[in-house]
Amino acid sequence: MPKIVLLATDVALYGLVVAIVFYAWHVRKTPTLHQTWRTVLHDPVAMSAAVVLMFFLGVALLDSLHFRSLLPAAPGAAADAPAAYSTRTLSVLDWLLEKPREAREKSYSVPLATRGFEKESIVVDGKSVRDYPRLQFGGAHLKDPDAAWASDVARRSVQGLAGGAVGVAVLWLLVAWLRVVRSRASVTASLRAIWHRNTVVPWRSMLVTASLIVLCAGWVAALWPFYHVFGTDQTGNDVLYQAMKSIRTAVVIGSLATLATLPFAIVFGILAGYYKGRVDDVIQYLYTMLSSIPSVLLIAAFVLMIQVFVDKNPQMFETALQRADIRLFLLATILGLTGWASLARLLRAETLKLSELDYVQAARAFGVSNLDIMRRHILPNVTHVVLIVAVLDFSGLVLYEAVLSYVGVGVDPTTNSFGTMINSARTEMSRNPTVWWTLAAAFAFMVALVLSMQFFASAVNEAFDPRARAFRVRRPKAPQKVSETPAPAAVVAGD
Amino acid sequence: MINYILRRIGYGVLILIGVNLFTFMLFFTVNTPDDMARMNIGGKRVTQDAIEKWKVERGYDKPLFWNAKAEGLDKLRKTIFVERSVQLFAFDFGASDSGRDIGYELKRRVGPSIALAIPTFILGIFVVIVFSLLLVFFRNTYVEFWGVTAAVFLLSISSLFYIIVGQFFFSKLLKLVPISGFAGGADLFIFLALPVLIGIASRLGGEALFYRTMFLEEIGKDYVRTARSKGLSETVVLFRHVLRNAFLPILTSTVAVLPLLFLGALIMESFFGIPGLGSYTIDAINSQDFAVVRSMVFVGSVLYIIGLILTDISYTVADPRIRLS
Repeated sequence: MPKIVLLATDVALYGLVVAIVFYAWHVRKTPTLHQTWRTVLHDPVAMSAAVVLMFFLGVALLDSLHFRSLLPAAPGAAADAPAAYSTRTLSVLDWLLEKPREAREKSYSVPLATRGFEKESIVVDGKSVRDYPRLQFGGAHLKDPDAAWASDVARRSVQGLAGGAVGVAVLWLLVAWLRVVRSRASVTASLRAIWHRNTVVPWRSMLVTASLIVLCAGWVAALWPFYHVFGTDQTGNDVLYQAMKSIRTAVVIGSLATLATLPFAIVFGILAGYYKGRVDDVIQYLYTMLSSIPSVLLIAAFVLMIQVFVDKNPQMFETALQRADIRLFLLATILGLTGWASLARLLRAETLKLSELDYVQAARAFGVSNLDIMRRHILPNVTHVVLIVAVLDFSGLVLYEAVLSYVGVGVDPTTNSFGTMINSARTEMSRNPTVWWTLAAAFAFMVALVLSMQFFASAVNEAFDPRARAFRVRRPKAPQKVSETPAPAAVVAGD
Repeated sequence: MINYILRRIGYGVLILIGVNLFTFMLFFTVNTPDDMARMNIGGKRVTQDAIEKWKVERGYDKPLFWNAKAEGLDKLRKTIFVERSVQLFAFDFGASDSGRDIGYELKRRVGPSIALAIPTFILGIFVVIVFSLLLVFFRNTYVEFWGVTAAVFLLSISSLFYIIVGQFFFSKLLKLVPISGFAGGADLFIFLALPVLIGIASRLGGEALFYRTMFLEEIGKDYVRTARSKGLSETVVLFRHVLRNAFLPILTSTVAVLPLLFLGALIMESFFGIPGLGSYTIDAINSQDFAVVRSMVFVGSVLYIIGLILTDISYTVADPRIRLS
């Protein structure tokens, strides 16, 4: 049995998932919330974005189950000797991607290459020549890489895409069947409804997005065991593997930092708006002070302090990963500690408005205690503000991480993150010939994550804030009659 | 009016005192000067002698708040708190941990920072307003749809990408401008062209979307309907009426960030090798020079507070209906 390792961010991330499930259950129970969320659920762009986000979240969660594998018993050890565990902490994702993780080249190599990026002295037929050396792993199965490379890559790509296509077909059929499983309508009719967008939930958009992901995954799965799909970096590590690992860092920063702002923002915002007067003055003073300090400097100050703390107490952390992880966790907390001012300001304004309303006055007249009024009458009515700000902040934080890593106060240098990838790309781009793939990989993954979060966030914003709905961009004319007003009669039951 | 401004300044000073205390606590009591010395000299196997020497050289060997050994007022004055923290109010920054005078560095570096920040800021506002006005002018057409989509896309790209790709494309491939560096005189333009361009591009997406909603909000108001019903053309309505009225919030929001321009652009300066305050800060963070970081925190909050006060004043100047009291 491997030894399970619980890192601080793992616990936090899974805690977050539990919280989201709990919130979803709460939404189902509350008719008004359900109605509001329905507009998000029926928005094709938002739901496609949600599919992409689910993919990223899935990767991040797989990467958040850590363990230390059991080492084989030493020869001659006593039978009752305590089990020895590997000093390396791995995640389930590491375990799944063992091959690319272990396939370490000497230095740079171009995506899908079979030979190194720079010439080296190699011995051919007893003579020393300068040539591009064969890679240890990339294309190692080929006898004559120069001749067989193109056909091999093409063959494997076709195989991978074919496998992906099968996956896509299964996916479409599965969704079509699940939609009608209760009403026992025919699956073909359901498929037709999906294709013609006659469904309440925009299944077609979601399935198209998912299909693209599955196709890409199929292609990568076919090639990755034999080649470095996105090349290798300076120390010969697989770039795509690094990008996959960076997803978790981005998700952790984006979600935990937002989460960490909430307690301060909610408590201080509501207290200031409810009690007004002295309390308000003190809280306003606090957040004006915090926001007057340039945020990078404030974060840098905190991070430098943590660094001193970690250096002073090395015995607290068993493995290097634990040390790196506590830094990631604290970084997210710091981002929260320093970033609650803007949300607190919004909540204060909202509470000021609410506390003058009749129902709050009535509660007060009935002698309900202040704490109960805030908890029962104010908090539920400001949650939409919290929700909007939380989803809008996520993408900004993911982008911010890259900047902080550049400044040198971001994640631990050993942690894979988009920031560290971009940093290394900085020198790589000025090489000749250019090493472009690290930047390209970081760019592709980061834009996909941030962009989908932006689209999802703007749909949530429009659903919860009627003012934002007025400024919504509509696609002029084109598909209006089909998608925007689905005729109820044409809807196949089962949504 | 004068009364009000004085009160705001008083409040600002109060905030500064808070910032000062807060950073002092963060830098000196959470971790002792011993820890800082150890980190600065490097490694865990540092002798106590080396630490003491490091502290004496930088004046960190004194007690934090109360010097029992000194005489009279010096009991208070010869402490780290007064020497390193209270002195900031007199803009006496002292020496950095590497021994150079911070005040002199600040004076020397504010010029290049401004040279980069002001053109970026002014041109940036101009470009953003033009772009968002175009979006509003072509509302409910494909121009708006794709314009907004492009803006969201631009918004989703890390500013670091703009810099790296910009340097690669303009400096390495096209060889139009030098990759990085800084010089006075006529060369200034060559060195600043790319950073200014990238600075504008990286902010365009987010700000254009923000300005667009501001214009749209304005366009739904009664006076716009009246102007249209008078038979004015859409262009006139947009540029004469809407732009003028939307300018008030734009103006007041820019006034708040105006003083912060002095702080310089962290990333931009360090990527392009511009010897301004932004790159100074980054260097200080990288070399863990706490004295410089503390000074920059203080300067930053001073500028922020000036921005707050200027915003209040600009409200009254721009809109006579608002009275300060």
